[in-house]
Amino acid sequence: MLQVQRAPAVHDVVVIGSGAGGGTTVKVLTDLGINVTLLEAGPMLDPMKDFKEHVWPWEVNHRGSGPAAESYFGKQQWSYWNAPNGYWDVPGEPYSVAQGEEFRWFRSRILGGRTNHYGRISLRFSDYDFKPQAFDGLGFDWPVTYEEMSPWYDKAEGFMGVTGTHEGLRTAPDGNFLPPVAPRVHEMLVQRAGKKLNIPVIPSRMAMLTKSIHGRAACHYCGQCGRGCHTASAFTSSQAMIFPAMKTGKLNIITGAMARELLVNDEGLVSGVSYVDKATRSEKTIRARAVVVAASACESARLLLNSKSTKYPAGLANNSGVVGRYLTDTVGYSLGGSVPALENMPRHNCDGIGGMHVYVPWWELEKKNKDFPRGYHIEIGGGFGMPQLGSFRGAAANAGYGAGIKAAARQQYGTNVNFAGRGEMIPNEHSYCEIDNTKVDQWGIPVLKFHWISQPYEIKMVQHMHDTFTAMIEAMGGRVPNRSFDPAANISKGGQIIHEAGTVRMGDDPKKSALNKWSQAHEVKNLVVADAAPFNGNPDKNVTLTIVANAWRAAEHLAEEMKKGNV
Amino acid sequence: MSNKPSDAINPSIPLTDTPDVSRRNLFRIVGTTLLSAELVSAQDAKDAHAGMAMPAAATGPKSLNGGPNYIPKHLKPHYFKTMRALGDLIMPADATSPAASEAGAAEFIDFLCSRNEDLAAIFDGGLSWLDQYMIHKHGTDFLSSKPADQTGLLDLAYGSRGGSPETAGGAQFFTWARNMVVDAYYTSPVGVKDIGYMGNTAVSVFSVPKEAVDYALKRSPFGA
Repeated sequence: MLQVQRAPAVHDVVVIGSGAGGGTTVKVLTDLGINVTLLEAGPMLDPMKDFKEHVWPWEVNHRGSGPAAESYFGKQQWSYWNAPNGYWDVPGEPYSVAQGEEFRWFRSRILGGRTNHYGRISLRFSDYDFKPQAFDGLGFDWPVTYEEMSPWYDKAEGFMGVTGTHEGLRTAPDGNFLPPVAPRVHEMLVQRAGKKLNIPVIPSRMAMLTKSIHGRAACHYCGQCGRGCHTASAFTSSQAMIFPAMKTGKLNIITGAMARELLVNDEGLVSGVSYVDKATRSEKTIRARAVVVAASACESARLLLNSKSTKYPAGLANNSGVVGRYLTDTVGYSLGGSVPALENMPRHNCDGIGGMHVYVPWWELEKKNKDFPRGYHIEIGGGFGMPQLGSFRGAAANAGYGAGIKAAARQQYGTNVNFAGRGEMIPNEHSYCEIDNTKVDQWGIPVLKFHWISQPYEIKMVQHMHDTFTAMIEAMGGRVPNRSFDPAANISKGGQIIHEAGTVRMGDDPKKSALNKWSQAHEVKNLVVADAAPFNGNPDKNVTLTIVANAWRAAEHLAEEMKKGNV
Repeated sequence: MSNKPSDAINPSIPLTDTPDVSRRNLFRIVGTTLLSAELVSAQDAKDAHAGMAMPAAATGPKSLNGGPNYIPKHLKPHYFKTMRALGDLIMPADATSPAASEAGAAEFIDFLCSRNEDLAAIFDGGLSWLDQYMIHKHGTDFLSSKPADQTGLLDLAYGSRGGSPETAGGAQFFTWARNMVVDAYYTSPVGVKDIGYMGNTAVSVFSVPKEAVDYALKRSPFGA
């Protein structure tokens, strides 16, 4: 039987979600002496138990396939070695997609959310990214400028620890950087290919510590950031923000808490949160002076849309009707090639930081007559990685059987260089989410329905990526695999790059936006949204650094408003 | 440790579905001491790196071969022996490194067959097909056949055009067998050593040897 329990206390601030936005909010508010209660839908994270850092494949009997050979049958959700984080399919939590369209919704249900596994690429948005409409007439201007955001980027980078160098490029604004990491051999070849083709290849900007800061030891260069880092040298909101906040005595964490609805009082303000305690399936209510929603862009929109009341029949903070609209993800396309110059190269440890040591910022901003607006950055992959199941099947297939297999594997090892384009998607009317009124999840919460149609600009950008990557590989003397290419088919699916943004956008006009420039709801001043939902666009620069900077800014503003008695 | 006693094969074979990270006491020291202090000295960081390098250096047993007394978990003993022999033909020893049996390839396949009935069907059926084929053609099962007859079959099965009509019935099995033998090889200590992977350790400074840079540049279109 369902039980409804009412907690008597009124909490200062309740934060929903513990990823980049929620973690930042928790850190900033507890540092300012405010009591915070954090609701996380998943379990507590225990890095010592949950992170498989430094484990060799043979240290588990299935060597990484999963205990029942899942990877051999396409049933493994995510690499066995990765930090626990979630997946596109969550048991008991379905979603709908409009007929004939495709969208995949990644959910992470654990303390720290997606920051436990993310790539840690940390790029500032450029001046024109905040004012895209003014720049070329497309998309929507933010109610903030780069100049206003810049000090918050300084704080975010200073705390997270981001590698980089000062380059003076408009497409890649410089920041508050830790020293860069030396390029690997294949990355030096990419640098030379870039020089030949007039494409900049610069040190990457990644949230791994090349110096010890804030109680976190400098990186030990094992390249396994995706598995989770025991020394917290790779940024996560769980280890770098929430665990230290737990020691302040100002933070109360409730795990296994799936938010159902935000409650409002007679004045139209948020009075608390109704949530499902998953372990007991009981309904609980927590009362709060202010609520910060940071459940991830689509989950935050879902929560607001499901918070319907007499006063707010279209959902909370949705008088404008924009909640759920203008959903964006990154435009993705990858191409790898084999580079003979790297064959049989003298072996060495090139693990480094997890991911690239150099990257390509967008280089054709000023170019006229392009067939798509703005652009993309390129992420570089390659090197002598730890062998895994599947690493040498291709070499073996070509060799047949016998001694030739080892010879082929030795020659091929480390020769593949991969290019991944990450491009800007202009928000459009066709890509959005709404409540599917016909379906609820296992907690009885109405689910989302997605609408997604790739736009011609995005498909043209993928063609440009393919041509560029091919030219880069060939400039290195490499071979591009002989396979068919069709940009409309090879473009990443919506949600696949896991950079959803823009479903609860901010703006100066309450008729066209849900939040003000401080990410505070126009109609509900004690409600703040602190993930990527407030974004007015999704530039070619990945979302996490801007989530942290914007959440930091929003949290300090909320604290001031509380101090002044306005909230 | 979450392993069941029935998983035991040989003391040198790992037993668990999930790695036992807790044995690495240094992780605990590293994780708790560093995060409690705002200031990390260079020595603290070095100590942490030494702590992280230590478990990685313990690369475990060299051979994952369960030995002559290995009791298969799923495959019939005859088929297990057949799989071991087939594995060694797919990836034989050479001057640099040992054959697939030292990577525990047959043990790996047998173990996963005990956990997944679709996989078990592929190997039970495939190994059975293999014997039937050899008996029909040479009068003896695969294990008892002459080496030349064994490789004669593999030449057909793994020929340059991806198999012959004669071996079509075993085609799915041959692909699975090679994939899993190769997978087992390079996820074993002997395979990692053979391929020359030198990471999974902890260092305080990342650098690339000049020798490797010169080698690649000289061979590239950019020159040295």
